[in-house]
Amino acid sequence: MQHETIAAISTPVGEGAIAIVRLSGPEAVEIAAKLFDGKALTTVPSHTIHYGKLIDPITGEVAEEVMVSVMKAPKTFTREDVVEINCHGGLVSVNRVLELVLQEGARLAEPGEFTKRAFLNGRIDLSQAEAVMDLIRAKTDRAMNVALKQMDGRLSRLIQKLRQELLETVAHVEVNIDYPEYDDVEEMSHNMMIEKTQYVYKEIEKLLEMAKQGKILREGLATAIIGRPNVGKSSLMNALVHENKAIVTEIAGTTRDVIEEYVNVRGVPLKLVDTAGIRETEDIVERIGVERSRQVLKQSDLILLVLNYGEEISDEDRHLFEAVKGLDVIVIVNKTDLAQKIDLEEVQKLAGDRPVITTALIEEKGIDELELAIKDTFFAGEIDGGDLSYISNVRHIQLLKQALSSLQEAMNGIEMQMPMDIVQIDVTRTWELLGEIIGDTVHESLIDQLFSQFCLGK
Amino acid sequence: MTYDAGHYDVIVIGAGHAGCEAGIGAAKMGANTLMLSMNLDMTGFMPCNPSVGGPAKGVVVREIDALGGVMGKVIDKTHIQMRMLNTGKGPAVRALRAQADKPLYITEMKKQLESQENLTLRQGMVERLIVEDGVCKGVITETKAAYYAKTVVITTGTFMRGRVIIGDVSYESGPNNQRASVTLSEHLEELGFEMVRFKTGTPPRVNSRSIDYSKTEIQPGDDEPLAFSYETTEFITDQIPCWLTYTNEFTHNIINENLGLSAMYSGMIKGTGPRYCPSIEDKVVRFNDKPRHQIFLEPEGRNTEEVYVQGLSTSLPEYVQKEMLQTIPGLENAEIMRAGYAIEYDAMVPTQLWPTLETKKIAGLYTAGQINGTSGYEEASGQGIMAGINAAAKALGKDPVILDRSQAYIGVLIDDLVTKGTNEPYRLLTSRAEYRLLLRHDNADMRLTELGHQIGTISDERYERFQEKKRLIEEERKRLEGIIIKTEPHVLELMEEAGSVMKEAQRASDLLKRPEIKYSLLEKIVPADIELPADVKEQVEIQTKYEGYIAKSMQQVDRMKRMENKKIPDIINYDDVSGLATEARQKLQEVRPLSVGQASRISGVNPADVSILLVYIEQGGPAKAANQ
Repeated sequence: MQHETIAAISTPVGEGAIAIVRLSGPEAVEIAAKLFDGKALTTVPSHTIHYGKLIDPITGEVAEEVMVSVMKAPKTFTREDVVEINCHGGLVSVNRVLELVLQEGARLAEPGEFTKRAFLNGRIDLSQAEAVMDLIRAKTDRAMNVALKQMDGRLSRLIQKLRQELLETVAHVEVNIDYPEYDDVEEMSHNMMIEKTQYVYKEIEKLLEMAKQGKILREGLATAIIGRPNVGKSSLMNALVHENKAIVTEIAGTTRDVIEEYVNVRGVPLKLVDTAGIRETEDIVERIGVERSRQVLKQSDLILLVLNYGEEISDEDRHLFEAVKGLDVIVIVNKTDLAQKIDLEEVQKLAGDRPVITTALIEEKGIDELELAIKDTFFAGEIDGGDLSYISNVRHIQLLKQALSSLQEAMNGIEMQMPMDIVQIDVTRTWELLGEIIGDTVHESLIDQLFSQFCLGK
Repeated sequence: MTYDAGHYDVIVIGAGHAGCEAGIGAAKMGANTLMLSMNLDMTGFMPCNPSVGGPAKGVVVREIDALGGVMGKVIDKTHIQMRMLNTGKGPAVRALRAQADKPLYITEMKKQLESQENLTLRQGMVERLIVEDGVCKGVITETKAAYYAKTVVITTGTFMRGRVIIGDVSYESGPNNQRASVTLSEHLEELGFEMVRFKTGTPPRVNSRSIDYSKTEIQPGDDEPLAFSYETTEFITDQIPCWLTYTNEFTHNIINENLGLSAMYSGMIKGTGPRYCPSIEDKVVRFNDKPRHQIFLEPEGRNTEEVYVQGLSTSLPEYVQKEMLQTIPGLENAEIMRAGYAIEYDAMVPTQLWPTLETKKIAGLYTAGQINGTSGYEEASGQGIMAGINAAAKALGKDPVILDRSQAYIGVLIDDLVTKGTNEPYRLLTSRAEYRLLLRHDNADMRLTELGHQIGTISDERYERFQEKKRLIEEERKRLEGIIIKTEPHVLELMEEAGSVMKEAQRASDLLKRPEIKYSLLEKIVPADIELPADVKEQVEIQTKYEGYIAKSMQQVDRMKRMENKKIPDIINYDDVSGLATEARQKLQEVRPLSVGQASRISGVNPADVSILLVYIEQGGPAKAANQ
């Protein structure tokens, strides 16, 4: 008997117009019902589908328009109650839905866990045992690998740094406990502890804030395509969209309809943004000046600067280069199907150490090179497998949230003047949760820390 | 040529800390038990520091007591001082520690053994085991006596192929110049057991009369009466202090200059030493920025002048030890009575054991104590009582007894040993326990008395007293939950004295949850009808005050138990389980865990392997494979 209700995105992310978040377990229907504005899901017949809205019970905001299918045990894939929430396939939408169900008590499914449950509940025949085991193995290993590789080096280093802070604190408390007569370290005080925990708390909050803003980890890189008229910006846009099945999402609540398009380029989620009309306004620099356009462009994570192979470099081009100084830029020299007029040496000089790609988008040439350059720019060639990486990100966010709440409990304990060894239980838990993000939960490292940090013994 | 020297249910080889508890435990279970020791004058001898207890270890002593063991009783009668440590911290980490009177401890231990029903003491050195078809049937001593038994427990400590090293001098020896046991270790190797070489050390002992105590700081025992055993009613009042002094740069210079002569640094010692029990050489080398190290001067007993120089464990030559001592305040004229030494010995790789401490290779054979790679008297005793109980259970056809990690520090210790093994002498630390808040020293009886009574090591009379205690605790907790305290002037006054503010009426139990409110304060406001015993009040206070944290730990335990309750059938063949990673397969084959929970704690077995194993077992894979 499985006690927990699990949830996961069950469609490849960013690849379809519709995405499905699937829940399975005893509270599947209840959790969905709490979020659903429409029919009372707890009373609808089994195997029916319902249209409605998902509401965030905390803020009361409408999150998504959805179709929800309710399937009651035992005639389901897992032989448990199953709910499938169909929503827009965009990264933001599906992620929002998943987060809501996790917020309401579901646990993020482990890789292959639906299949595992189906198997454990006797849904799948014993003869399929080996296949299932291979599947679990493959999915778990792949997910772990992707999760680790995909993690931004900076994030991983930051988490390691926070863990080390916590570990030293915990080791300090442990020494006070196990070697009460050891006089080399002072007793860890509530003040020292609150200082440490507050610092780590703020750092984790920052990380979560980053995740919320949805930089690389969630919404995709805000990407702007700029260039003079007629260099092929639309073709570039279409090439990326066409190749990668972009999904168009309308975001309500803004005064005018802003169109954002999401594409998944070799594991790098891109959000092709219409930042203050940059993409459509071809003479931006002329219109608002270098300095102001710079301010606008700064909001982008990635800029694709397009030049025309068949024309000489103009002052306008040079202004564009000036406007993107210090930003992440890929320079695209398009229209190699025309006779060369551009001075490539000068282009290289202007580009500096930023990549320069030559393309003939009309003939679909150079697109692979461009995609690889995009990937390399952000992951230094370390990323593979875009779909799973997204799920592991949700896992990271979940773990960070848990770490934060466990740290909050430690701080509550300090405030209540609980003894340090009690407070430390929650600090250790935080350390473990952060460890799960980077795949390191070996308990022994605490004991190693103890003996390397302090000179102990009889 | 051997002669038949007798038939028993259980034989225990060795009468050190593990052996004594194994013998007592088996005998109390009702097994006809024989204890064989090389030297009957050394029962429960302390070759190292003269102290019992401390963080984690002190809890183990109480757990042993709650299971009917003797360590607590013996130290309660023979200590020279006792202290409660960590009193400024939470209840989970408070710990008793006693300084022992070493010679008296031996005498008292022997008395306990001799007065134990079903227990026979014999002197004799065991050289071989009698093994037939993979089952241990008895032992043969060097004097050719053959003793037969249904089960055998080996507790040979550091005696197996023991070698003492002082500087460049080295000789075959057990601790304290007793005979080493060579043949038995070779025999175990012949039987196919994997052995490792470990190392530990002791400091010099000096003559008390040659110490100038005026240059040291006094370390007295606590004034209030303290005891390990739940049965102790008489307390020792005339306590003897210990003394604290420090090494200094002169001491460290001597050590650095003579480092090449230290057996540990000259390469004479090959065994692995414990990090938590470093020699003074190690401390000076590894922490060379520390200007001084603590040295505790601990009397070895009331009727001896020998003083144990705790903190100065060394394998430097004797004359260097002397020079070193002369630099330490108070020890300028110290006269060495015994030189410090390092000792190397053979230990068994503990993953060769089931959680009952029975060996996997030879049925009916159990090992406990330092032979399993641990260090410390308490660690040895804790294993000893479990090995004794399980050896007796098997001999008498009863169920095995395994403590889990949420039940006792002993459970943590044994699970760590048989699941993870150890690459240095293993010491218990509070940080090794996941559920420290549940494994307190004050509730060892609450955790284990029931079990002790069920298996027969705790008497009916003691059990009834325990039931009464439990009843009083429950009633008092219920009473406090039912009382509402109003903001009356005398209440507010008492609260203010305690540094607390009360704005509205509150349940008595909720008030007790505040850190600054003690049970003694509630007693003044809403006294109970009868005067409750101190240990009942203590339990009421702890259980109420830390209720939230305890509940959280219990939830974790529930999650752990779910995996722990998924048993792995012993017929499982890991080669049949497809999908396991190679390393996991090898480790599982080696450890042969009893449950999926235990499997998940093996290093090298990752979550995917656990899932695969779970699926395989749930689908009846092992039985199916066995039928084919």
